Amino acid sequence: MLSEKEKNEIETELKQYEHKRAACVEALKIMQHSRGWVSDDGIHDLAGILGMTPDELDGVATFYSLIFRKPVGRHVILICNTISCWVMGYNQVLRSLNERLGIGLGDTSADGRFTLLPVPCLGACDQAPAMMIDNELYGDLTPEKMDEILGKYSWERD
Amino acid sequence: MEKYLLRNIENPNSADINEYVKAGGYKALAKAMDMKPADIIEQVKKSGLRGRGGAGFPTGMKWAFAAADPKMPKYLLCNADEGEPGTFKDRPLLEKNPHLLIEGMIISGHALRAKYGYIYLRGEYPQAKDILEAAIKQAYEKKFLGDNILGRGVKFDLCVHQGAGAYICGEETALIESLEGRRGQPRIKPPFPVNEGFLAKPTVVNNVETFSNVPYVLEIGPEEYSKIGSSDCPGPKLFSVSGHVKKPGVYELPMGTTLRDIIYTHCGGVTGDKKLKAVIPGGISTPVLPADKLDCPMDFVNMPKHGSMLGSGAVMVFDETVDLPKVCLRAIKFFEHESCGKCTPCREGIGWMRSILGRICGGTGNAGDIDLLLEVSKNVMGKTFCPLGDGAATVVQNFIKNFRNEFEAHINNKVRAER
Ligand SMILES: Cc1cc2nc3c(=O)[nH]c(=O)nc-3n(C[C@H](O)[C@H](O)[C@H](O)COP(=O)(O)O)c2cc1C
Ligand code: SF4
Ligand code: FES
Repeated sequence: MLSEKEKNEIETELKQYEHKRAACVEALKIMQHSRGWVSDDGIHDLAGILGMTPDELDGVATFYSLIFRKPVGRHVILICNTISCWVMGYNQVLRSLNERLGIGLGDTSADGRFTLLPVPCLGACDQAPAMMIDNELYGDLTPEKMDEILGKYSWERD
Repeated sequence: MEKYLLRNIENPNSADINEYVKAGGYKALAKAMDMKPADIIEQVKKSGLRGRGGAGFPTGMKWAFAAADPKMPKYLLCNADEGEPGTFKDRPLLEKNPHLLIEGMIISGHALRAKYGYIYLRGEYPQAKDILEAAIKQAYEKKFLGDNILGRGVKFDLCVHQGAGAYICGEETALIESLEGRRGQPRIKPPFPVNEGFLAKPTVVNNVETFSNVPYVLEIGPEEYSKIGSSDCPGPKLFSVSGHVKKPGVYELPMGTTLRDIIYTHCGGVTGDKKLKAVIPGGISTPVLPADKLDCPMDFVNMPKHGSMLGSGAVMVFDETVDLPKVCLRAIKFFEHESCGKCTPCREGIGWMRSILGRICGGTGNAGDIDLLLEVSKNVMGKTFCPLGDGAATVVQNFIKNFRNEFEAHINNKVRAER
């Protein structure tokens, strides 16, 4: 079941487009924003509003790497693994994240706080190595900076 | 050179419409409203402006094709997907100078008699979305957008559509599919978007930087514009420079500036004054160049003569310590991840190249592996639906062509696998 808030936000998006399905990525994002991820039931509920079959919508949802079809942690770390970041110290940064969070790429920390995902170039190569946590960009990363950055997410304002 | 695209961006309020107007903004729009659409297209043609998204297609010519198609309505799409690794040049335009892009799009819309425009923005730029939307709202308030632009009865509506993480959506037909609410997989061309694009109507897709050049063309006139930089493809160009340079960043320089100038004059040279080994000059899909090719002018016409391409102008610099076969492997892993899976040579071929490269870099390569890689790459090249597959094949072929000895060293186990 969609919440009233989700419904209203999706209605606003639908007005921007001549065809309902054009708003499908936005609708998926709205759901993901309120629930963290998009479940099978979520796909069913959204498909109805968008005039698509659940399979069609799932096809779109799974195409995009920033739509999560599995549960994720309260914060998602997107670490860039592409060339400029790689030559500027990706491996050390990844290792320090692995050690501090006790997880590998694709995993969620035991406390459910972080999910760590690799992404292609974030368009921040002049600050390589770079990563994003939720909507926040962090550049010129070093293992030493990691405690401070992760610390921002440590108390339960989550 | 005086900056145009990045002028005023040190001003912390550069994204505000009043600051933009104070710096001379929206004057070109007023001029354009007094011009006939066909005359604007003629001026853009004359200026020699070429698309900045990667392929360098003449912008005026693209517009003329769309204008000549009788189907209505026409659509204007801005490609702000900026996914080509190494590229971050559209970011300052989107985040710091959004009104330049908006002004460029309104003028272009008028030239094409398009009533609707969309900015397709990559999902990884959330701040840019808020900034663009605020800027668009301001432009409506000032009557630069809407039903009656500057009181001249011209209509143009503009909104932002954000993607969700898929490099292939930067390819224009995939972008259109995505905008229509489908999986972002490329369409077969022809028909070209200028005839059958968004909702099967004539559609012009241009890059952020391309639109941002349009007000400049009208402001100084096509003759003056065509005198900037290279004669065959003039204008200011944004270069994103990253990797082993002292001052990485986005630089606005005349088209045709040499790689040497970019790296040594503007970026302060190689980090730690180490020796430079290689440069990828135009984003991940463009051929890698060895250090003796630094004197090539960076433009769409001259780069191919020197064995590479201008692409998106994303310069990635590698010093003497970099293990290039591993850079090649990284690049191929990128393409493997981003292949949309529609055609077999790309989907399977890239995976195969990745596995061969993986064993070479891992120290378990075989004597015939380099030739096998080349063989597979030839069977991908030219056999795919869209240029992503070709890009991957080009990368492999050029790394081997220029640095074969490094691949051989790996195979002969002279380089230990430390990663
Ligand atoms: C795989 C692939 C990815 C692309 N990514 C982008 C991109 O991120 N931004 C862009 O402007 N053009 C990109 N292009 C080029 C577009 O297809 C198109 O040529 C361009 O947006 C046209 O605009 P222009 O004429 O102003 O350059 C890409 C092309 C391919 C084949
Ligand atoms: S070449 Fe690759 S990305 Fe392009 S259509 Fe084929 S599978 Fe998709
Ligand atoms: S390569 Fe990491 S941000 Fe571009």
